[in-house]
Amino acid sequence: MMSGILSYFSSLNPLTFLSQLPGNIAQGIIWGLMGLGVFITYKLLDFADLSVDGSFATGGAVTAVLIIAGVPVWAAVLIAMLAGIIAGLVTGFLHTVLGIPGILAGILTQIALYSINLNIMGKANVPVSYRNYDLLLSASNINMAIIIGLVLVAVVIILMYWYFGTEQGSAIRSTGSNPSMSKAQGINISTMKVIALALSNGLVALSGSLFAQYQGFADINMGRGAIVIGLAAVVIGTVIGEGIFKKGMNFILRLFFVVVGAVLYYIAMGLVLWLKMPTDDTKLFTAVVVAVFLAVPYLQDKSKTSFKKVAKRSAKLLTWNDGEGDENA
Amino acid sequence: MLEIIDIYKTFNKGTVNEKVALNGVSLKLNDGDFCTVIGGNGAGKSTMLNAVAGVWPVDSGAILIDGENVSALPEHKRAPYLGRVFQDPRMGTVADMEIIENLAIAARRGDRRGLSWGVKKSEREAYREMLARFDLGLEDRMSTKVGLLSGGQRQAITLLMATIKKPKVLLLDEHTAALDPKTAVKVLELSDEIIEENHLTALMVTHNMKDAITHGNRLIMMSDGKIILDISGEDKKALTVDGLLKKFEEASGSKLENDRMLLAD
Ligand SMILES: Nc1ncnc2c1ncn2[C@@H]1O[C@H](COP(=O)(O)OP(=O)(O)O)[C@@H](O)[C@H]1O
Ligand SMILES: [Mg+2]
Repeated sequence: MMSGILSYFSSLNPLTFLSQLPGNIAQGIIWGLMGLGVFITYKLLDFADLSVDGSFATGGAVTAVLIIAGVPVWAAVLIAMLAGIIAGLVTGFLHTVLGIPGILAGILTQIALYSINLNIMGKANVPVSYRNYDLLLSASNINMAIIIGLVLVAVVIILMYWYFGTEQGSAIRSTGSNPSMSKAQGINISTMKVIALALSNGLVALSGSLFAQYQGFADINMGRGAIVIGLAAVVIGTVIGEGIFKKGMNFILRLFFVVVGAVLYYIAMGLVLWLKMPTDDTKLFTAVVVAVFLAVPYLQDKSKTSFKKVAKRSAKLLTWNDGEGDENA
Repeated sequence: MLEIIDIYKTFNKGTVNEKVALNGVSLKLNDGDFCTVIGGNGAGKSTMLNAVAGVWPVDSGAILIDGENVSALPEHKRAPYLGRVFQDPRMGTVADMEIIENLAIAARRGDRRGLSWGVKKSEREAYREMLARFDLGLEDRMSTKVGLLSGGQRQAITLLMATIKKPKVLLLDEHTAALDPKTAVKVLELSDEIIEENHLTALMVTHNMKDAITHGNRLIMMSDGKIILDISGEDKKALTVDGLLKKFEEASGSKLENDRMLLAD
């Protein structure tokens, strides 16, 4: 028993973990773009959009197929984003025009995209190796991948900061937090929802496009559970950012911390794999992490005003009154 | 000018919950008319205001604003004509946006929302002056999130938002009912001032008979989805709570049984 534990620890080489760290960071940055897409729907629009599992894979599929067909990589990435935007438009159409509840509309798009992605690729897996094609980034040069990823993240954050400060962006934010007020102020909330879903899925597809290039292939299952990873980025980033900056957490910091959340998630993932958790269990790990970080703000809030605290305080008050009564007697 | 012509609205038609909420309502307000609306719970007061606002289409009848038939316009397309303040102070503002952002959204009511900046520098000074008039100290807190304000402060901001771009008709639905008495008086005074100053046409629902009598130049009473009393001019000026109760009995043939309305003073 004892010797088993010892041999387990002696088999862990810290250098292995460190050597994998840059790769984890690169993946985290790429998924950070996906997190920013989820931030638009989940945080700003208050819409849990499940289409992203599909549009992430669409981004990868379109990119791989176009690059193989000889389309320049930058054009392939832009067209992949466009495909994501169209996916978002479809979800928006299902929800706003056909009246299908948000979660279901997303699931329908997601399931439809599975077939569409297979049709795009013609098979379940399409390799695009950096050896044969010019790619934007690749796991073969992780430092370069990190730099390119960071540049794209910076551009996207600046664009988002600008856009959500404009009249249209403000209208999207008000639609998300008070739809009835927004209507009373003349905002077409259906249009705003559709625009936000399109932008979000465009970003998610961009993330999928980069990820396919990074790993050297597009795969029909590459988006499975993507929404949960996107949520992980958003909630981890929010909790940590608010922990550090408290009330000083402004909009640009909120965006920045989504990417931080994604990177931390991938570092944590690298850590548990290094600790030899079976790869089969990583999704379980992800679910637990997201659940914990979703629960933290709720429980913190609750602990400030809980019945238990009232019980304690009121009990104290009563015993104190009793004591005073005795004194007077 | 607002014309409501014989509108009907039934909720949950054909179910056990069927409810005729508006049963042939007609009302014509001239420019500058300030009409108070009273009536028991469920009389159809809010439903009438919602019909004007276009929250849902009416079953039949028409609504004209400045002679234009707006009956077929959805809520957001009718919004440019209207300013609205609701009973719940949380309804009219976005809690996690700043005071100034809320005002800027309202200032663009009816405009196309494009890609120019959501709050222009030049707006800040104008909003500061408007807020300063309220005397609530809000002019120095324009970057505060509205969610951190009290109900009265939020309602004052909603009132400003409703009128920041002059509406053809101002709809106030028990907008002081959720406030403490002192704040309610203050917000009501503000409403009076703003209506008078801008010569607005307004409909104000209240459950407070005294307020209904002392404010505005016209008073209507609703019961069972109908307007059963319509008092204006010198009659309105001479009105007392007792007189109003008597008139109600004459009009409806029954005693007023709504405690909430009787007790309010
Ligand atoms: N959206 C709705 N769906 C179903 N019933 C409604 C709806 N709005 C109002 N009603 C019903 O219509 C009647 C009139 O309501 P309302 O206009 O809110 O009364 P009040 O005069 O108190 O403002 C009530 O019986 C109410 O329950
Ligand atoms: Mg009402």
